[in-house]
Amino acid sequence: MDNFFIQLIEILTISSYVLLIVGPLLICVAFLTYLERKVIAAVQYRKGPNVVGMFGLLQPFADGVKLFSKETIIPASANKVIFILAPMVSFALSLVAWSVIPISENLVLADINVGILYIFAISSLSIYGVIMAGWASNSKYAFLGALRSTAQMVSYEVSIGFVIVCVLLCVGSLNLTDIVMAQKSCWFFIPLFPMFIVFIISALAETNRAPFDLPEDESALVAGYFTEYSSMLFAMFFLGEYSAMILMSSLGTILFLGGWLPPLDYYIFKIVPGFLWFFIKVGLLLFVFLWVRATLPRFRYDQLMRLGWKIFLPLSLFWVFVTASVLVFFDLLPNPYG
Amino acid sequence: MVKTMKWILNRIKYFFLLDIYKGLFLTFRRIFKPSVTINYPYEKAPLSPRFRGEHALRRYPNGEERCIACKLCEAACPALAITIEAEEREDGSRRTTKYDIDMTKCIYCGLCQEACPVDAIVQGPNYEFATETHEELIYNKEKLLDNGDRWELALQKNINSDAPYR
Repeated sequence: MDNFFIQLIEILTISSYVLLIVGPLLICVAFLTYLERKVIAAVQYRKGPNVVGMFGLLQPFADGVKLFSKETIIPASANKVIFILAPMVSFALSLVAWSVIPISENLVLADINVGILYIFAISSLSIYGVIMAGWASNSKYAFLGALRSTAQMVSYEVSIGFVIVCVLLCVGSLNLTDIVMAQKSCWFFIPLFPMFIVFIISALAETNRAPFDLPEDESALVAGYFTEYSSMLFAMFFLGEYSAMILMSSLGTILFLGGWLPPLDYYIFKIVPGFLWFFIKVGLLLFVFLWVRATLPRFRYDQLMRLGWKIFLPLSLFWVFVTASVLVFFDLLPNPYG
Repeated sequence: MVKTMKWILNRIKYFFLLDIYKGLFLTFRRIFKPSVTINYPYEKAPLSPRFRGEHALRRYPNGEERCIACKLCEAACPALAITIEAEEREDGSRRTTKYDIDMTKCIYCGLCQEACPVDAIVQGPNYEFATETHEELIYNKEKLLDNGDRWELALQKNINSDAPYR
């Protein structure tokens, strides 16, 4: 009986931790949509949302209420079970990866030793949400959108994989906390700068953001794989996409920008708590996402594939060799447990 | 040789994303410039005195309506939006008994006010006359005269400021 209660309390603690992560994350997603509209508006000499609440700050909630009150339309020819399951899969997967992201030194839900592999696996799985949606909708636009999206995500995962291998060679551990701690003296974006650029561009492609937002190419595919979705099912795709954006930004922060570490080892910088540094860096990367969207036109599909396979893949492979050679030649191979 | 050099330079430019950085820098600078948005229902853009908005039938200062039922506007209207019927009035002057404009047919070309010899039918500065039904947009004489009375000051000012150019 005692054992049961201990287990129950454990389950309750973990679920409260999960809520503590998911709640703020969803609020961040809401304000990310607001921020996106504001940044793009500023670039285009507009004002952006400024009517609902102070400076339009309540706009995302108004949008949420609107989506909630809409009718959920399921196409007659759709495969109903998969159709409803698809947005849940893509939303759930974008949340699940957050369990291993270290926000600060001890602020992590699961400090597992294969954290980076876990994230990589989860982000690969999220393709299933897209392809299920495209297939179950039984519509040509959704289907083509899903095919494009799948091919694109698979292609860019390859180069992201090599980028991560580069970082791992310098760290010698798959644990995300170790990866951050290894950057105490020098953030990895300085020695691995080309890989940092490749990572950002691949992250844009991986999250289906402009200029690689071909899956939702409105001029050709209406809205891509979620053409047939409405109401909350659509909102789940939307939330999934934006939380994937935040996830990719925090991954970039952890791999290249030293996670929660302050920029310099001075006392003044250390007053600011670690998680704030983390948020600032994630915010900067997110701004890059929005900034790029406001600047660049959409790629053509063949250009996208050429960039992925003919430029990024050889480049990142080459850098893996360079990194490994330099580390071996100067006898710098890390050994965090030795 | 020059061609090859140019090609190589272009490749280098492409590889190091130089043009993309240029574009990003441009958009970044634009973030700090003031926006040109007008908060529409609260702020409005200035209008030219020649602006062709909602129609109005004007009166003389003594209250007599200007329109003499010459039907030039009806003839000039390319969209056939104007319908006029006329009769002699008790005092012997020729006046309209019916002056209808279908605002949903009207293309706001301004030919009616150009055609009018007595400046009776004019297009005023009002463009906020949306309604909820189609019927409300079929204006009769009463409505047009009422518009003329309501906007007379603005109409007078616009006609005066445009007069030197006619």
